Formats: sequence, C-alpha cells, structure tokens
Amino acid sequence: MASDELFVSGHRGCAGCGMATAVRMILQEAGPNTIVANATGCLEVMTTGYPETSWKVPWIHAAFENAGAVASGVDVALKKLGKRDGVNILAFAGDGGTFDIGFQALSGMLERGHNITYVVFDNEAYMNTGIQRCSSTPPYASTTTSPAGKVIPGKQGRKKPIANIVAAHDIAYTATATIAYHGDLKKKVRKALEVNREGKGPAFIHVFSPCPTGWRYPSEMTVELSRMAVETGIFVLWEQEGSDPRNRKISCPPKEKRKPVEEYFKLQGRFRHLLKMPDIIEQIQKEVDEKCENLMQ
Amino acid sequence: MGVKQVVKGNFATAVAAKLARVDVVPAYPITPSTLFPEQISQYVANGEMDAELLLTESEHSAMSAAIGASAAGARVATATASQGLKLMSEMLFIASGMRLPIVAAIGNRALSAPINIWADHSDTMAERDSGWLQFYAENNQASLDLMLMAFKIAEDHRVLLPAMVGLDAFVLTHTMEGVDVPLQEEVDEFLPPYEPVYTLDVNKPMTFGSFGTPAHYTEFKYAQWEAMERAREVIDEVFAQFEEKFGRKYEQVSEYRTDDADIIFITMGSVSGTARAAVDRLRERGIKAGVAKMVVFRPFPFERIREVASKAKVLAILDRAVSQGLSGPVFADISSALANVSDRPLLMDFIIGLGGRDITFKDFDDMAEKAQKALKDGKVEQEVNWVNLRTELLGGE
Repeated sequence: MASDELFVSGHRGCAGCGMATAVRMILQEAGPNTIVANATGCLEVMTTGYPETSWKVPWIHAAFENAGAVASGVDVALKKLGKRDGVNILAFAGDGGTFDIGFQALSGMLERGHNITYVVFDNEAYMNTGIQRCSSTPPYASTTTSPAGKVIPGKQGRKKPIANIVAAHDIAYTATATIAYHGDLKKKVRKALEVNREGKGPAFIHVFSPCPTGWRYPSEMTVELSRMAVETGIFVLWEQEGSDPRNRKISCPPKEKRKPVEEYFKLQGRFRHLLKMPDIIEQIQKEVDEKCENLMQ
Repeated sequence: MGVKQVVKGNFATAVAAKLARVDVVPAYPITPSTLFPEQISQYVANGEMDAELLLTESEHSAMSAAIGASAAGARVATATASQGLKLMSEMLFIASGMRLPIVAAIGNRALSAPINIWADHSDTMAERDSGWLQFYAENNQASLDLMLMAFKIAEDHRVLLPAMVGLDAFVLTHTMEGVDVPLQEEVDEFLPPYEPVYTLDVNKPMTFGSFGTPAHYTEFKYAQWEAMERAREVIDEVFAQFEEKFGRKYEQVSEYRTDDADIIFITMGSVSGTARAAVDRLRERGIKAGVAKMVVFRPFPFERIREVASKAKVLAILDRAVSQGLSGPVFADISSALANVSDRPLLMDFIIGLGGRDITFKDFDDMAEKAQKALKDGKVEQEVNWVNLRTELLGGE
C-alpha cells in the first residue's frame, strides 16, 4: 500500500470487506484536506480501536443516527472560524445509519444545504450487530431477524430506494457506485466534492458494498459480486443533478442482455433458499427487468 | 456597570450567549425555551451577533451538531427543555465523554406523560448522571450570570466538560424581571476566547470518538470523574472572579437564616425566594427555620451540604422531581452525602411543585409542621412526603 494512503492497513475489517476498499478509494480521491464524520457501525468499530486508528485525516464519530448532523456542526463551525475553504467534509455511514436510524439527520442535512458529501456504504443489513434486516435488505434475503423459515422465505417488503429519496430533496448531485467499477466510483467522488466546493450544497453517493460475512460468500469474490450486481441490473449505476429523474444518467448500463438474477443469488448463502423457489426468482427477475427498462427510458 | 433591562429569563440566557461571543448555536425550539433560538435568530438577522445558527430537524441533531461544532473548535451554546432534553439524552453523555464544553440553557419543564409544559426539575434531574455540570438559577439575573460563568468553568482546561443551566419554565423563562445586562467589554475581560486543546484540524489529523474496549474504557470514565472533581475548585474560582468583576456573589450553596435553625429547607431554582419569605413568616411564629439553596448540583457540593447539615436538626428537602420507586433525587443525593456523617439531622423529602403546581406559604407551613413533629418525636415517620396532594382526585384501585 502506498505511503500516502489516508486510510491505512491494520484495521480489523473482515477479509473481503467491500466497504474498506471503497473507503480507501474515496480518500485517495478526496485527499488530505478532508474531515470525516462517521456513524457508528462496522467502519467505526474496525478502524478506531483505541489507541489505534486507520485514519490519517481528522475523523469524528459520535453516534449511530447522526452522521449528517455531526458533519453539519463541523461545517458551520469551520465556516465561523474561517477554516472552511479548501476542506472537504465527508459523512460516512452504513445502510443502517442512513436508510433507517439516521434517515432524519440525513434529510435535515440535505435540506439545510450543507456543502458535505454523504456516502452510504450499503451492505444490505445491520452487519455490525450480526446481520439483522434493514430497510436496505433486498426482498427474500435471509438475515438473523428475517430468516428463511419454513413459512416465511426471508425478508418481506422491498428495498428502500434511498438514492431516489435523497435525489428528491433536489440536491445538486446524487450518484450510485460500487467498487468493481472503481474508475466510475472515483469520478463520482470527484464530482461530488466539486459540487461542495462550488457551494452548490450537499452531494450523496450510494456505494453498494458486498459483505462476505453477512451475505455468506467466499471473501475473494467481493469484486465479482459487486460487478455481478450491476450486470444483473440488481444495482444500477447512475448519477443525477437535482430532483428531476429525466436528468438521470446511467453510468454503466446493464447490458442489453443482462445476466439472470439467479446467477447472482446462487453465489450467496443469504439467497440459497430461493434456488428451490423458482416462482420467487421469476418474480424478482420480472421486477428487476421492469426497473431497468424504466431507468433506460 | 451593565445596563438595567427588564427581560424574560430566556432573553437573559440568549443575551448571555451573545455576550459570550458564541460561535455556533445549533437549536431546535421547544416550549418553554423557544425564545432562546428566536432571540439568537434575531441577533444574527440584525447583524448584532456573529454566530452560525444551525436550525436542525430535532434536538437529537441539535446536540449532535453541537458535538461536531465543538470538536471543530467552536464555542457552542444551545437551549432546550423537557422532551427535547430527553431526545438529546443519548448525545449528552457523548458530549461529556468527548470532553466538549458545550453550554445549554434548560427551561426546566415536566416530562410526559401526561404531557405538561410547566415547571419542575424532572428533565434535568433525569440527566444528573450525564456527566454535565448542572447549575440552577433562582431568577433571571442568575440565569444570565450562570450562563456566562458556565462557559468559563466548562472551558477551563482542568474541566473540559459540558454545562447546563436550569431556569424554571415560565416562572423564569417567560417572566419579566429587572436584570443587569453586562457590557460587552466587561464580559470580554471576564471570559477569554475558547482555547480548545484538540480540534478537527487537517494540519494535525486526530481521531475523535474512537472505540474503547474494556482495556481502556474505565480510564476514560475515571479521567472524566477527575475533571468533575476538579470542577469544584474551578467553580469557586470563577464565582469569585465574577463577583470581583460584576459585584454579584454566587455560592455553590447559599444559606439564609441557617445559623440557629432547627429546620433547614433545601431548595433549588425559583422556589428559593418563596422559601426565604416563608422562613421569615415561620420565624415570626417562633419556628427556627432557614433555607439552603443549591446553585450547583453537579458536581454535587458534598462539603457544603455537610456544613449545612451540621447546623440543622431537620433537613426538609424540596424535590421538584421524583425518582419513582425511590424518592426525590435531591433527597437521595443528600442522604448519600451524609451516609458517613455520624451526627446527622433527620432527613425529610418533600415532593413538591410538579408540573408547575404553585408552591405557596401554606405548603411551607405544612412542611414545617411535619418537620416539627419529627423534631419532637426524634424520628421521621414518613421519609417521602407528597405536598399539596389532591387526594380527592385519586381513584380507588
């Protein structure tokens, strides 16, 4: 690892943690004049066991549900103290701290128009506490609180469309990204920080972060799953300025011939029960196809 | 000398924040503290105050933003009350654990349910373990003065703990009183700019709010304990400096007619004035009563309470809050302060003035009567007494 890395090795992340790779890429792009406000979650726990730290940028963690609010406080304080120019402020949170418990603080931060880039690392469940369901958990995924049982086959309900909801706040820049498409991810980070620097208000990046521990797949397959999520159309890479979905640009279109969702499912223990349920797979395939067709229009 | 103004308690705390040259005010309005963010908004809108006003979407976010702003090196003040303080509660412990000297004005108000907007101390009493310094104002002048002193005490490098100043809902927050508002130059001389020890600085990156395992957690808490212990002397120093500068005397515990008293009422907040007048009336009837007003509740003024206790035969402790299943919180703490004192007075707890119920001379007569009976019997029949309880409203099973 290069010595100028700002997120350094030695942390306690699981082998194959998609989020750790994403954080490293984001800080490479953001550079040393960056302050991070981090929600409680895997990222905080694995990187800051006192007296050690993986962060070579100023970093603050206060609680689970308030990365948006803590970052807002840092923003206005630096502004008042005349130290704001040239400094990037990033808010980092998991899907739990963003889709669920931290949703209100995020919405407040967006509405107030802080020049902050908020990044959600979405591994589709509360991984830090042991793989419990979240509103980010996809339908039928088996978690410890939405187990695939004899009667109920995993999570009921849909995945909350967080990036759409964020974009509906009419912020300057919203994007989705994942580590398999690292050039795309870095380009989006660059754009987001540019938006902040130009004083256009907040930016938001939804980073899809495969989790070998929670999804039950071999740790060397993180990048492959990240790519397959895009190739199947399960996770679509896009970026958008403002709230009008007509301004949405698909970054990496799911191919004309998308891979069947079953190929993505069969690599992961959390979906294994579905392989015996062709009706459900067919239904999910239909929903993914409809979603992708709508996005392409 | 300052300028005499007739103002509400909320104005007094807001003007104190302005005079303290607060950098950031994160706030979410709640009755009875709404005038604080309104007044600050007015100051900022008129260019009379150079502060960043951050109007968050909840009290939880207000305290979270206060933590971010304070860690970034700003002087931070906010105000809240009751349910708002409860919503902040999680973050109060984090502010003190991160050693951030945030100052909050609390319009002491009852807690739901039933929902009630009037004065009592349930809200701040429930935060007595939050690691914040706690001060209680008797009047609007004290609300202003204690706010100013709170910054100086909280930001002292021997302390570095957040502080809350309680002022009773409506009785102070919304009541007009004559207040001496200090001049800016006087406050500048008294209160130097905040000099943080550590900040979020890109030139010197540090990790704030890290993960503490069993190997380190206890020592973090002990360091906080020591800071709170050191605060005792810092409070006395700052009170003395304030008196020298502004001529107004503050003590951790203020006594009135206690020297020869049989019965000493222990009070906090706005009821203290009523208590002194009630004591004068009792004295006219030959009842030797006095008052000890607690201005500081955290750190708990053990030594001063022991001194007061040594003068009395009965301590009649007024609690404007109740710890269900125990007693009033002030009674519990005073009992613990006297646990190892062999020659201690009888202790009686009076739960009084909940949810804004008026506290009257008659209530003091009733409390004095009960205290006198205990004095005569040499024992306390009932430790926890609910004053002015409307028994006709209580149903059967």
